[in-house]
Amino acid sequence: MADQHIHYQSVRQMSDALHANEISAAELADAHFKRIADLDGRVGSYLAVTPDLGHEQAASAQSAIDSGNAGPLTGVPMQLKDNMATRGVTTTCASLMLEHFVPPYDATVTSALANAGAVLLGKGNMDEFAMGSSTETSAYKPTRNPWDLDRVPGGSSGGPAASVAGGLAPYSLGSDTGGSIRQPASFCGIVGLKPTYGLVSRYGLIAFASSLDQIGPLTRTVEDAALVMNAIAGPDVNDSTSISRPAIDYTIGLKDGVKGLRIGVVPEYFGEGIDPEVARLTREAIKQLEELGAEVSEVSLPNSKAALAVYYVLSPSECSANLARYDGVKYGFSTPDAPNMMAALEATRDGGFGIEVKRRIMMGTYALSSGYYDAYYKKAQQVRTLIRREFDAAFEKVDVLITPTTPTTAFKLGEIQDPVVMHANDVCTVPANIAGIPGISIPCGTIDGLPVGLQLLGAHLSEATLLRAAYAYEQATPWHTQHPAN
Amino acid sequence: MTEQPKRLTEDEVRRVATLCRIGLSDEEIEHLRDDMAGLIAEVSVLQSIDTSGVEPTGHAVEEVHSVMRDDTARPALTVADVLLNAPRREGDYFRVPAVMDNGQS
Repeated sequence: MADQHIHYQSVRQMSDALHANEISAAELADAHFKRIADLDGRVGSYLAVTPDLGHEQAASAQSAIDSGNAGPLTGVPMQLKDNMATRGVTTTCASLMLEHFVPPYDATVTSALANAGAVLLGKGNMDEFAMGSSTETSAYKPTRNPWDLDRVPGGSSGGPAASVAGGLAPYSLGSDTGGSIRQPASFCGIVGLKPTYGLVSRYGLIAFASSLDQIGPLTRTVEDAALVMNAIAGPDVNDSTSISRPAIDYTIGLKDGVKGLRIGVVPEYFGEGIDPEVARLTREAIKQLEELGAEVSEVSLPNSKAALAVYYVLSPSECSANLARYDGVKYGFSTPDAPNMMAALEATRDGGFGIEVKRRIMMGTYALSSGYYDAYYKKAQQVRTLIRREFDAAFEKVDVLITPTTPTTAFKLGEIQDPVVMHANDVCTVPANIAGIPGISIPCGTIDGLPVGLQLLGAHLSEATLLRAAYAYEQATPWHTQHPAN
Repeated sequence: MTEQPKRLTEDEVRRVATLCRIGLSDEEIEHLRDDMAGLIAEVSVLQSIDTSGVEPTGHAVEEVHSVMRDDTARPALTVADVLLNAPRREGDYFRVPAVMDNGQS
């Protein structure tokens, strides 16, 4: 493998090179740590870099490779979004509230990847507590889009997406509550998979909105997403919402093609607010899949229009409950010398949370408060039922729905100030979280040099189908071979 | 477009801030009067949807149900680990501000 391009190789290619002894795990880790040191000052995709742990893990990975006990992820470096607990490594959620928080245990995904031989490079930047669509709400620094440093990488998994797109990590794990894996994957021209709710354990994921949160991979190829899913999907006794279904191999059937696959095109996702060029590229991708043998028909999902409103009631409500735990007593930011508990709580939560987090806690508290509960929270849960039923009916007729991932390409840092305008970024991604279904974003072209994402949605636990369709499209197009300059 | 959303009153914002224990500055409260009005207007579309007789959905995946484990002891975090991140402690305890009597005892 050509050394100067090592950082844009796929996980599969790096793994093959490790197994063929063309490179050692330590060399591969060092190549990444060097690139992070050289470039991340400009991109800002890492909140912490972990060379000590990384080198330790690379050494054990090398032993496993040398003794023939290695799997496809063994010795391949990776990053974790900074809302996933890493024992002994600060986990800040990009918030001042957790600036010095060192988890006493690993998240299930952290230990799953460690057991698979992964080498941790560091922790990815994000919107504070995963609340945002641009990574600008990080309390520490913004992350920049490697395709254009004046633009945002999307969010909330902006650090993971920028790292993977910029060759600063072979893959990363993000979390997706309303689009936080798929939207940044789209903005950065990579693959982002949000699995079915409950498929990947959330033990050790710092909670935002518990009925919506899900962990998934950000990768440069579809096959890599399947490889990472093999390591992280499966039941977990430590997560009471994990689906008790045995783990499966997501690479089986990956290359079987899309002949006869029923694809639904949803007109509601091509309407007002969608950049006509984004709509055009999405339709071209659908045409390409049709040429590859898929059967395309139109499916209407009228209630999808209400999904954004449902999301912006349910997610703040759940966040206001989840973030009640930050009391300055057990861990986290704390203001000393308050005269009593009430004053201590108010000062701690005022000082520890940024404005976007405060706004969402406030909105959620309002929606759950006496006199408003039925009008907002209960109503949103009822509309959620209608949206879910509508998807269920659609998946009786088709296997996969295809939509744009985002209404536009990446916008400039500072360009969007109004929170309601920022929320419109999530309009195509939120319905999957509301319905608990899986969704994947893959690159489908560029507009003025900026990547555009194609979203594929499927029924519960249809990840293998989504990956197969995504793989067929990816292999028929050049987009996954294109990377930002340097 | 619909009309400009009506600003919340200062008292309404303060009431919510007290409920969620965030000590906001006067400036933040001023901003939130507008921001929250915008957020409430954003979700008002829900009111126009007929949901009579529709059951609410808590989470959307049938396969998810509570996982029970055997009621047997298993390893837990050590006291040292639990107290590792404590902002203030006394011995093996978390130290908390006075809760009763507003600290006036």
